[in-house]
Amino acid sequence: MSTITLEDAERRKAWGFVAPALLWTIAFFVVPFLFMAAMSLWSRQSGQIVRAWNLDNYIAFFAKDSLFKGLMNSLEITLIVTVLSVLLAYPLAWIIAERVPKRFQRLALIMAVLPFWTSYVVRSYSWLLVLSKNGVINQTLMTLGVVAEPLEIASNRTATVIGFVHFFVMLLTLTIYANLIQLSPNYRRAAADLGANALQTFWHVILPLTLPGIMTGAFLTFVLCIGDYVTPQILGGNNELVLPQIIMLQLGRRADFPMAAALSIILMLAVTLAYVLCARWLKIERA
Amino acid sequence: MRDMLTKIAAFGYAGLIYGFIFLPVAVLVLFSFQDGRLPVPPFNGFSLQWYEAVFADRKLMAALANSFLVAIVSSVIACLLGFLAAYALARYKLPGSALQRGLLIAPMTVSYLIIALGLLTVLNTFGISLSLWTVGIGHVVINLPLCFAIIYSSMGDHHINIERAARDLGANDFKVMALVTAPMLMPSILAAFFLSVTFSWDEFIIAFLLSRFDVTLPVEIWSLLRSGLNPKTNAIGSLVFLVSVALLAVLELTLFGKTKKS
Repeated sequence: MSTITLEDAERRKAWGFVAPALLWTIAFFVVPFLFMAAMSLWSRQSGQIVRAWNLDNYIAFFAKDSLFKGLMNSLEITLIVTVLSVLLAYPLAWIIAERVPKRFQRLALIMAVLPFWTSYVVRSYSWLLVLSKNGVINQTLMTLGVVAEPLEIASNRTATVIGFVHFFVMLLTLTIYANLIQLSPNYRRAAADLGANALQTFWHVILPLTLPGIMTGAFLTFVLCIGDYVTPQILGGNNELVLPQIIMLQLGRRADFPMAAALSIILMLAVTLAYVLCARWLKIERA
Repeated sequence: MRDMLTKIAAFGYAGLIYGFIFLPVAVLVLFSFQDGRLPVPPFNGFSLQWYEAVFADRKLMAALANSFLVAIVSSVIACLLGFLAAYALARYKLPGSALQRGLLIAPMTVSYLIIALGLLTVLNTFGISLSLWTVGIGHVVINLPLCFAIIYSSMGDHHINIERAARDLGANDFKVMALVTAPMLMPSILAAFFLSVTFSWDEFIIAFLLSRFDVTLPVEIWSLLRSGLNPKTNAIGSLVFLVSVALLAVLELTLFGKTKKS
């Protein structure tokens, strides 16, 4: 009998320790999220939010080209950014892990992620300095006489993609490097013993073993990229809005909270889908 | 000969990517010293006038102080809650612990925009006015999963016996946590704390949607952007960068350098 009460007391104490974090997450994350999901089923009529339960917002999303196009733009940009970032970051991570002497590797990594520490908003702005009509690239090209008229490289999709890729190359270099450095050199030796050349070894041995690092980074890239408002708003111009920009438009000019909520749920479903696709490679473990 | 070629290709590639990574930052810092109204070439000459403008800007300085306050307070709360939860889940058998871990990590997989919007709808409905407090609440939501995950993953089972020894010697749970567990886990607790400080310090969308009169630095910089290309924005951006890099260097040389050796 006494052992049971002792266990009960222990358990009650443990609940006490975990409760604050759980309650915070429930009160300020789960409840608001459910509230928002409920609100996505309401509507806004003549400036008032009406609690009439229906799917009007979701139907409007698929019916209105301007809204649906936002999701398509988001998905396209996010996919382009994710693929480009992986392709650019992988060789860099590999060079740092394989070609840079051990004692300089940490320094090389720190240097590769240093601009990460500029303010997030300022980082997009600084690409504006480089890409805008009178920016560094255009002025350099015109001085060299390569082009007569400034190129239109700011305020469009290219600029958004460049801004994103810049950020995510840093992130992916870290995750892929962390994965590469854990591989035992024995894998390569075994492959060489079995007669594989460098390319075969990479394709059949190294690449599959670094898939977890790639997928972790790619998933992070996907989530952060598709939900970002700042980069497309600063660099993308007004021709091609992405979903977060459209959500912010609902909030600002029209104060249409139910519509913003519905679009957010759609955004979240896109992320969930990506998670399901990558889940087998992602894990959080206790050492 | 072939080795030589791959070496040149490798370092050439690395050089290009490093150039890409550093280009905007270099331009940002260089033209923060611009002697003129436009932070684009040609560089007219060296001047500190834009840094003076930054320090003379009351709104920017207030936003800087607000950011600092929100970052420190929200990170302390996130670390404390994260540590307690990690301790309970790593040291006790609780029913549904996998579910609890999942719940605590969940905000990590949701875009900040959605977290902010959810909080905003609730705050609006209950008529709670927006302030730095509401920004802080949002920042704890995004940093708690991070702090929990970092601290939980460093709570190895090899620490259990030391904690048991302390308990046998008569220490209660709070004493064990404060005098034994926390000191042993100090590197990861500090890592969690500083990471969450940087995340909160730099966070824009939650701070933008959940604040009204008192704003944080990223939100104030955002309103500066409306004036287009402006060397003052370069100056405040460069300052933030230099402070972060200095902080990073100090951490690298003291904290993380030490843990690596031991």
